[in-house]
Amino acid sequence: MAHADTHASHAADHHDDHKPHGIGRWLFATNHKDIGTMYLVFALIMFFIGGTMAMVIRLELFKPGMQFVDPGFYNSLVTSHALVMIFGAVMPAFVGLANWMIPLQIGAPDMALPRMNNYSFWIMPFAFTLLLSSFFTAGGGPAGGWTLYPPLSLQAGDSFPLTIFAIHMMGASSIMGAINVIVTIMNMRAPGMTLLKLPLFCWTWLITAYLLIAVMPVLAGAVTMLLTDHYFGTSFFNPAGGGDPVMFQHIFWFFGHPEVYILILPAFGIVSEIIPTFSRKPLFGYDAMVYATASIAFLSFIVWAHHMFTVGMPLAGQMFFMMSTMLIAVPTGVKVFNWTTTMWKGSLSFEPPMLFALAFLFLFTIGGFSGLMLAIAPADYQYQDTYFVVAHFHYVLVPGAVFAIMAGVYYWLPKWTGHMYNMTLAKWHFWVSAISVNVLFFPQHFLGLSGMPRRIPDYNVQFTDWNMVSSIGGFVFGLSQLMFVAVIIQSARGGPKATAKVWDAEPSGLEWTVPSPAPYHSFTDAPEVH
Amino acid sequence: MLNRKVAAVMTSLAVAAPTLAYESTYNLPVGATDVSARVYGLHMMMFWVCIAIAVVVFGMMIYSIVKFRRSKGAVADQTLLHSTKVEIVWTLIPVLILIATAIPAARTLIVMEDTRNSELSIKVTGQQWMWHYEYIGKGVDFYSRLAADSNEARQLKSGIDPHGVKDYLLNVDNPVVVPVNTKIRVLLTGNDVIHSWWVPDFAVKKDAIPGFINEAWFKSNKVGRFTGQCTELCGRDHGFMPIVVEVLSKEDFAKWLADKQTAAKAVAAGEVAPAATETTTPAAATTTAAL
Repeated sequence: MAHADTHASHAADHHDDHKPHGIGRWLFATNHKDIGTMYLVFALIMFFIGGTMAMVIRLELFKPGMQFVDPGFYNSLVTSHALVMIFGAVMPAFVGLANWMIPLQIGAPDMALPRMNNYSFWIMPFAFTLLLSSFFTAGGGPAGGWTLYPPLSLQAGDSFPLTIFAIHMMGASSIMGAINVIVTIMNMRAPGMTLLKLPLFCWTWLITAYLLIAVMPVLAGAVTMLLTDHYFGTSFFNPAGGGDPVMFQHIFWFFGHPEVYILILPAFGIVSEIIPTFSRKPLFGYDAMVYATASIAFLSFIVWAHHMFTVGMPLAGQMFFMMSTMLIAVPTGVKVFNWTTTMWKGSLSFEPPMLFALAFLFLFTIGGFSGLMLAIAPADYQYQDTYFVVAHFHYVLVPGAVFAIMAGVYYWLPKWTGHMYNMTLAKWHFWVSAISVNVLFFPQHFLGLSGMPRRIPDYNVQFTDWNMVSSIGGFVFGLSQLMFVAVIIQSARGGPKATAKVWDAEPSGLEWTVPSPAPYHSFTDAPEVH
Repeated sequence: MLNRKVAAVMTSLAVAAPTLAYESTYNLPVGATDVSARVYGLHMMMFWVCIAIAVVVFGMMIYSIVKFRRSKGAVADQTLLHSTKVEIVWTLIPVLILIATAIPAARTLIVMEDTRNSELSIKVTGQQWMWHYEYIGKGVDFYSRLAADSNEARQLKSGIDPHGVKDYLLNVDNPVVVPVNTKIRVLLTGNDVIHSWWVPDFAVKKDAIPGFINEAWFKSNKVGRFTGQCTELCGRDHGFMPIVVEVLSKEDFAKWLADKQTAAKAVAAGEVAPAATETTTPAAATTTAAL
């Protein structure tokens, strides 16, 4: 969508700019930009679907008492909100950015495996149609939480096989996307671009892709065991048959913890592109940034059980997972310090991408602080499964991952459409979002600490005030995202022409050496990198 | 804490309310046990460590944003590219901070996991959507469900204002009753799906898992009524299976237990219908006086 309507005026600039026409251009798309655009539009639609679910949740929680939804339906909303936002919004948005930017950043004409690219995208709409259609089956949508813990998840009605199959499809799509990223980065870099000259967005995506390949099959295995427990009489997780419900949690979180880094590492990459540009200074400590990212990825495999301190692990197990989890603060700290030092003695300006990147820097760090508190096992007994955890992971995922995606969109949008966008509206979008997201999530720390469990549709009257504040923040945040859509649509339709460099700065990266909008087949002749 | 003043005012209002469930609307409770006080201490220690780091890191960020603005004529220092020395420094300092915080955390964890020498064992079974308590070796057991008035008010569009319901959603028909200053061992299991038994004032949260028996313990220093909730999503009515623990003086507890045992024997002998024992509100008068 973003650049579909704009190609005509620029087609003349590039003699080999042949684009297929009509619906076939999208159905049979093999071009990395077209596929990237589809991923991004899909992610945006899912962001609104998941967001609508969140609005209903916040509406029910506005005051004590059950006013709007049945508790069972509430559980379905909580479950689907998570699945839609994680697998439907954040992950496809990152894949969309990867599709658009990796060939442009490494000087390649396209992704290495264009047909697999097409396939990996077109699985997604079907996967989510399956998942969302489960709301209309007997028993309603999946209501056991996105973590699908048995035995509860096995009590689901007809939504169960739909959810499992949808997760299989999302996993297959993610793995294909990841393979494509790895093959492209490993094989199609411009001459002279050694691995340690790779832009950080490509680096973080390369590492993310390995994480995806490592853990998506683990999730597939876990949900397949659920499926056979439910329909084929196995007892992997059924204690009555000698199974072990806690084993599911170990397998799930062995996937789940790397998954949370899958959701944040590309965000690190985006921010590492934006902060140097608008500080007009190269990224401080590039090598340290790469090694820190790799360390975080490695540590993500040995910390999973900190999600389950309360299941009754042996003391030694709790000690190990507490210490290894605390260790993650070290490379994450290195990244925050390097970003901060990049701004030090810079020449800062505050265009919309920089504003979002700075909000990321502050608010992701707040999420990191609560993460550090959660690592302390004895204290985690108090935090586990309360709104404190909800506040923590929303801080790292909304003003963390989502703000980074928005920063990336605002950074590269003129490169995609060839038009500058409405800076005033984008700044309004930033300020309303940045304020309301804190009104939305900060009080949830208080709710959790004072005793409100997560995933409950109703609460004691003492929790009323902070829930009201949080809901008001939620409604404002939700509505303010319409400004984001308005900016994107305006930019796709027209506006002042963007230069090749787009920004009043010296952004580094090969993407700024091609005209805006970028030519359909990015680099037909490989550029030389020195 | 941005909202400290607001929160403080609200807390003082909450303290004045007679049906107070927890002591703060913005922070963890110090609680009623030595362990919960230690956990509160750890929590506050980590909080201040985070605040200290935040002051330094956010201070640097804000200073950069204010000082190094292009609009104020700041020129970028292109020589500031990398420094192995500072990378090592800001790797080592966090490591030292983490070691310093991990030691007290590990010590507390060891204490929390030591369930030896308990004086009373209670088996807690979670099931959809109520708790079952069994005083091991005492011949007393009962179910504990959401109080009837809360249950009525929490129905969809009931039209009942929760503010008028006593301890809305934090009240049960049969609280679990324990003696003060006594090490209580809790054995947890689940009947159908996984539940989790949480009483914030004791810093006890442990999953009740079918096929497993988990252990936890607490020793309350205070007489009183302590509430908690199920904290593992367990289905439709997950939000409606609270926990109420009444801590009585040792004498009052002995009396309560004796009454319960007499009633249980009567049931066993067929003299009284079982329902009669289950609806008794144990030692209600004593507890109210204690509060």
